[in-house]
Amino acid sequence: MTFDCSVAVIAGGLSFEREVSLRSGQRVADALRERGYRVSELDADHRLVETLGTGEFDVAFLALHGRFGEDGTVASILELLGIPYTGSSFEASRLAFDKLAAKSVLRRASLSVPSAIPLTEGALRELGVGALLDRAMDELGLPIVVKPNRGGSALGIRLVERPDQLPAALMAAFGYDDTVLLEQHVQGTELALAVVDGLPTLPAVEIRPKEGWYDFSARYTHGAADFRVPANLDQATADQCLKAAHAAHLALGCRDISRVDAILDPTGTCQILEVNTGPGLTSTSLVPMAADAAGLTFTDLAAHLTDRATARRPR
Amino acid sequence: MAVSFKVMRADDPFRDRYARGTRSMTASEIRALFAVASRPEIVSLAGGMPFTAALPFDVVGNVLEEVVANEGPAALQYAGGQGDPRLREVLTELMRHEGIRGSGGDVVVTEGSQQALDLISRMFCDPGDVIVAEGPSYVGALSAFSQYQVEVCHVPLDDDGLDPDALAATLERLERDGRRVKFLYTVPNFHNPAGVTLAADRRERVLELARKHHVLVLEDNPYGMLGFESDPPDALRALDPDNVVYLGSLSKVFCPGLRIGWALVPPALRERMVLVKEAADLCSSSFTQAVAYRWFADYPWRETLKDLRELYRGRRDVMLDALAEDVPAGVTWTKPTGGFYVWVRLPDHLDARAMLAKAITARVAYVPGGAFYADGQGASCLRLSYCFPPPDRIREGVRRLASVVDEELALARALGGLPAEAPDPDHGRPAGWGGVQ
Repeated sequence: MTFDCSVAVIAGGLSFEREVSLRSGQRVADALRERGYRVSELDADHRLVETLGTGEFDVAFLALHGRFGEDGTVASILELLGIPYTGSSFEASRLAFDKLAAKSVLRRASLSVPSAIPLTEGALRELGVGALLDRAMDELGLPIVVKPNRGGSALGIRLVERPDQLPAALMAAFGYDDTVLLEQHVQGTELALAVVDGLPTLPAVEIRPKEGWYDFSARYTHGAADFRVPANLDQATADQCLKAAHAAHLALGCRDISRVDAILDPTGTCQILEVNTGPGLTSTSLVPMAADAAGLTFTDLAAHLTDRATARRPR
Repeated sequence: MAVSFKVMRADDPFRDRYARGTRSMTASEIRALFAVASRPEIVSLAGGMPFTAALPFDVVGNVLEEVVANEGPAALQYAGGQGDPRLREVLTELMRHEGIRGSGGDVVVTEGSQQALDLISRMFCDPGDVIVAEGPSYVGALSAFSQYQVEVCHVPLDDDGLDPDALAATLERLERDGRRVKFLYTVPNFHNPAGVTLAADRRERVLELARKHHVLVLEDNPYGMLGFESDPPDALRALDPDNVVYLGSLSKVFCPGLRIGWALVPPALRERMVLVKEAADLCSSSFTQAVAYRWFADYPWRETLKDLRELYRGRRDVMLDALAEDVPAGVTWTKPTGGFYVWVRLPDHLDARAMLAKAITARVAYVPGGAFYADGQGASCLRLSYCFPPPDRIREGVRRLASVVDEELALARALGGLPAEAPDPDHGRPAGWGGVQ
């Protein structure tokens, strides 16, 4: 691709995943520079629009995670400015970021998703929905996962095994969004399924428990799990999961790159937890890990995504 | 596609090789939140950073020039491990203000008093030992201690500081249980984070108890010269030179960028402390020691300190007024007479850590109380700092915080109050708090 291409790598911002995003952005910028692109690193702050408006950028690489980034906010700005960008459109990002809305789309596409009951802060505070919490737990069956409807990583997520743990879990989740999901907890093999348009299918990554002490909270502590690429699945099962991930990516209208988080349940069904349109791109993030296992360097991956976006530039 | 088989580790390929003392230093949800809290859009009432912009920079510039012109070669050379003898003499002068009659020969200069905390722990602590500390206690001290795999046993404090009766009971219990208590760690003046000062009549009692149980006292006093209404009572070290290690710091009375702190140790400890210091880093910076020496020997530092005290007093007043005006009923807080911090207690069923995400979304940050305990207490408390933000930002920050607390109370009411117990992914990680001072 052209080496006289000026790329704005956008990272950071006010998201709670700012730190990870800055690491992703740094890595992308290093990779693209190595490949000969002209790269500027931009923080997604109040100066962003002004900087992008200078007209010096041919394309933007979005290395944003979480709110004000992965939720389509920055994509919408780039649409207005007419700058092509990597990854999903505003609409698709917004849809995927809203776990509840995404669930209905995926279900309509005949994909399996864990059942969930939404709860808004307003309904709790103003309408007395608290009285129905026991019914919600009965319906889903304990344990359940309580998570913010919008928000990335595992921030604000708690596992509730006993009814008396629910109020504190709800308080924690409402810290991140005014809508919270009570979600059925699915046991099984945890998978991260990378979907990158324009590349052959990448292998599934299996998130492996550390023997003996792996629990829910450990899952969300950095460095508390090992990953196995490709996942320890027979070929047919792996293909089925990857196919489901690809179908989810398409159903939500995603573009270029997604990481589909899923659990292969004991019945052999691939249950899709969420689709991330702004997956981590740090040195040990899961999509680069899958690419690496397929023989694709991080520089190749970053350049591939940049070039796909550049090709969308109006001529 | 040909694929090679690999088992890879999340984030950290060295994870299984770390020393036990650093394993608890993991990334955490709270760290992720603080990464956002440092953005200028957010009023941070979290950090304990001195307001260095108030220093007379022309004068500081003169000092720097003088050091280079008059003693350049020595100031840019290694120095003795114990520290610049001239500076040590000046530091003993400073300590006279707190009633301490010590010798420069018993002072060891350190990289901030934080290094002294580390060196003293290294000298005394084996895995499984006990350190007794106030509850709450300075988060940086808890981090330093945690590296040595000690158990920190908290003793509650009230408006008059450490509670001697509770201390007596704790020391007796530990003795009965056959535990080895290596020292009592205390911040007697304008406590971080609680803002309270140990009353004069309690000081003798605390020292007596320490002597009775053969427990060394580690007196950490970075804020002692920042009293707004009056000076604090005499230092513990002044009352018991043989059983108290006194830690001082220039970070709050001058600036933290020089990284100068010190320990005034009982003579019996001096040589060992110097050896441990030399093993750690050979010596502190000769240059910054020379700068500090000249500042306190030749310049009107008292005036600068008076200005700083006035500035912090004004900000304290603004914060206390704002709290009184805005914060909903059921929330209580300490009224510091010096130092940097106000300790806020929310109604019991609120969790300050769970509330932090909401606060940061509302563009205000604080430090959740759990950071100041090694044992999971403090969930409903939080620390506010008034030292750094200008008064209008303090007012605005408290207003934002008050509305977050309001919302949180409404939510808790709707949920019918909260049981304390919930799975907490960050419990027991005092080291993961991201450099909170």
